[in-house]
Amino acid sequence: MSTPITPEPKEGHHFIERADAWLDARTGIDSILHESLDEPIHGGARWAYVFGSGLLFLFMSQVITGVFLTFYYVPSADHAHTVVSYMVKVVSSGSFIRSIHAYGSSGIIIVLCLHVGQTILYGSYKGKRELLWLSGCILMALMLGMSFTGYLLPWDEKAYFATAVGTNLIAEVPWIGPLLQKLVRGGDQMGTLTISRFFVLHVFILPGMLIAFIVGHVFFFRKAGAAGPINEDPIEPKLPSVPFYPRQVLMDAAFAVVLIGILAVIAKMIPMDLGPSANPADTHFLPRPEWYYRPAFQWLKYLSGRWSLVGGIIMPAILALVFAAVPFLDRKLERRPWKRPITVGAFLLFLVCYTGLGFASYHDDYSDPAMAAQMHKQDADSQAFMNSPFIPETAGGGTPANVASADPIVVKGHALFQSQSCNSCHGEDATGTAAAPALTGVGAKYSEAQLEALLHAPNIKMTAGGMQPVALEAKDLEALSTYLRQLH
Amino acid sequence: MAVLKEIEEEIKDSLATSRRSFVTTMFAISGAIVGGLLALPLFRFTTFPLKKVESEGDWSDVGPAADFAALTAPVAKTITVERRDAWQTASSQTAVYVLPAKDGVLKILSPVCPHLGCSVQWQDAQNKFVCPCHSGSFAMDGQRLGGPPPRSMDALESKVENGTLKVRYRYFRQLVNTQEPMA
Ligand code: FES
Repeated sequence: MSTPITPEPKEGHHFIERADAWLDARTGIDSILHESLDEPIHGGARWAYVFGSGLLFLFMSQVITGVFLTFYYVPSADHAHTVVSYMVKVVSSGSFIRSIHAYGSSGIIIVLCLHVGQTILYGSYKGKRELLWLSGCILMALMLGMSFTGYLLPWDEKAYFATAVGTNLIAEVPWIGPLLQKLVRGGDQMGTLTISRFFVLHVFILPGMLIAFIVGHVFFFRKAGAAGPINEDPIEPKLPSVPFYPRQVLMDAAFAVVLIGILAVIAKMIPMDLGPSANPADTHFLPRPEWYYRPAFQWLKYLSGRWSLVGGIIMPAILALVFAAVPFLDRKLERRPWKRPITVGAFLLFLVCYTGLGFASYHDDYSDPAMAAQMHKQDADSQAFMNSPFIPETAGGGTPANVASADPIVVKGHALFQSQSCNSCHGEDATGTAAAPALTGVGAKYSEAQLEALLHAPNIKMTAGGMQPVALEAKDLEALSTYLRQLH
Repeated sequence: MAVLKEIEEEIKDSLATSRRSFVTTMFAISGAIVGGLLALPLFRFTTFPLKKVESEGDWSDVGPAADFAALTAPVAKTITVERRDAWQTASSQTAVYVLPAKDGVLKILSPVCPHLGCSVQWQDAQNKFVCPCHSGSFAMDGQRLGGPPPRSMDALESKVENGTLKVRYRYFRQLVNTQEPMA
C-alpha cells in the first residue's frame, strides 16, 4: 500500500503564472503581496498620502547611496577630506552619487515637513494613534541626528566649523554639558576621534535605530489603519474604501520616481560642492549649518548670557515635548482644521517663525558688506577647490625627512647603506625584506665595536643567509654602523 | 473556552505576521525601485578600479635630455619614483643608468641585478658593469658578459617630453631568463 501523494497544485500554462506558483509555494509571497496591496483606504486614494511612502523611498536611497559611498570613504581626520575629493574628482559617477546622498538629506527634511504638516492639518494623529505619532517624532529626531552627523564626514571647512559650533552647544546643557560634549567629540577638541564617533553614529547606530522605528511606525500605521480624509471618523471609518492597489500604489510610485528624478537632475546640474580641507587655525571662517538648521542658528544669535540656557536648551526641549504630546493634548475626534484653531494655529505660527528666522539669518549674512564679502569668498574658495585637479596624499614615508635633518655622519651612513647595496636585501631604510631581516634595533644588541666587527667579518649565520663582508675604510665603516645603530 | 482563546491567539499571530511582511515588502519594493533607478551610476562608481588609467605619476623625470647628449660612459642618476595607490602616493628615491646615446636615442637601464637584486655598479676602469654581490658583469649596453645573472640588465621604457628625459621605473622578476615586469 502506498501513501497517497498530494497532487501538485494545478499550474497555469503561462510561464509567469508557473513561476509565480513556484515562488508562492515556497515563500507565500502571494498572500504577503495580497496583504500589502489590499490595505483598505477609506475615502479613496489621494496625493496627500504620498509623503510617508516618499520618505521611505528617500530613506532607501540614502541607505543605498550611503553603503556605496563607504566603498571609498575612510573615517579619519587626515584622510577623510582626501578620499571625498578623490571620490568627487576622480571616481566615475562619484560626484553624482555623493550629491544624491547629500541633497537627499535636504529632500528628506522637506518631505518630512510635508508629511508632518499633512498629519497635523488632517488631524491624522487622532483616534488611538499616539504610538504612531510618538514613533514618528523619534524618527524625526533620528533623521535630524543623521544630517548633523553626516555633515561632518567630508571634513571640509564648512563641515568642520559647523560641527564645532554645533557641538559647542552641547556644553550648554546644565550639569553634564561639558562632559557630554567631551564624550561626543571624543576629546576636548574636534579631532580624528570626533570623525570616528560621528561615522559610527551615522553609519551604524542611527540607521539601525531608524530602521527599527520605521518598522514600528509602519506597524502602528497598519494596526490603526489609514486615517482617511478630514471628514472621516478616525476610529470607525465610515466612508467607502478602495484597496491600496492600484491607485494609491501608483501615486506613491509616481511620487517616488519624481523625487529621485528631482534629486538626480539637481545632482547633475549643481553637484554638491566640497570646500578646502578643514583648517582649524583659520579664524576668518564663518561657520554656517545646512539651510534647515539656519533658523535654530539664527535664534541662538539673539541669546546671550543666561538666556542662552533658557532659549537654547530649555525652550527647544519644552517645544519638542509639547510637539510629541500633541495626540495626548488634542484628544477630540474633530479633524477639520478650521475647527481646531489652537493646534493648527500653533503649528502654522511655528512654521512662520522658523521660516522667518531662516530668512533673517541669510539677510544678516548678506546685508553686512564685510560679512557678505567673507561669505562670497568662502563660496569662491570651495568653487576653486572643486575646479582644481585632485592631488593625492603622500603616504607615510617619514624616514627620508628624518635622515635629511639627521647628523651628517648618519646621512653618510645612509648613503653608504644604499651604495653598498645593503638596501637590496635589508630593504630601504633597513626595514627588512624576504631576503634578509630588518636591522632596526641593532643598536640595542651590539656596541659600536661589535657591530663594526660583524660588518667586517660576518658570522656563520649571516654568511649562510648571503651576507657579504663589508669592505670599507674605517671611517666609512664607522658611519655605516652609526647609521645602523640609530635605527629604531 | 480555551479553544476559543487559542483561535483568537492564532488570528492575532497571523495579523502580526502579515504586518511584519508588509514592512518587509515595503522595504524590498522601495529598495528595488531606488536601486533600479540608480543602478547605472552605482555600477560605474563601484567598478571604477577596473578602469585602466595611465597616470602621469608613472613617469619620473631623469633630467634635461641635452645633459646626456655628450655621454661617453653610463651615468647613474637618482630619480624620484611616485607610486600611486588610489588617493595616496608614496615616493621613493632610486637610481637608474643613462647610457650614451646610440643614433640619438637614449637608453636607460635599471641598476637592479637580474640575479638577486643587488645594485650593479659601473666600473670606469674596467669599462663594464659589475655586480658587487656575486661579480656578475655586463657590457656598457647592459649585455650580460658573465657570472650568475641569468639575463642582461633590464632596459626601462623612456621618452623625451619637452626636452626632459623621462623614465617609467619598473621592477622585474629575478632569476629568470626573460624580462618579466612585476605589477
Ligand atoms: S645579485 Fe648581482 S650577481 Fe648576484
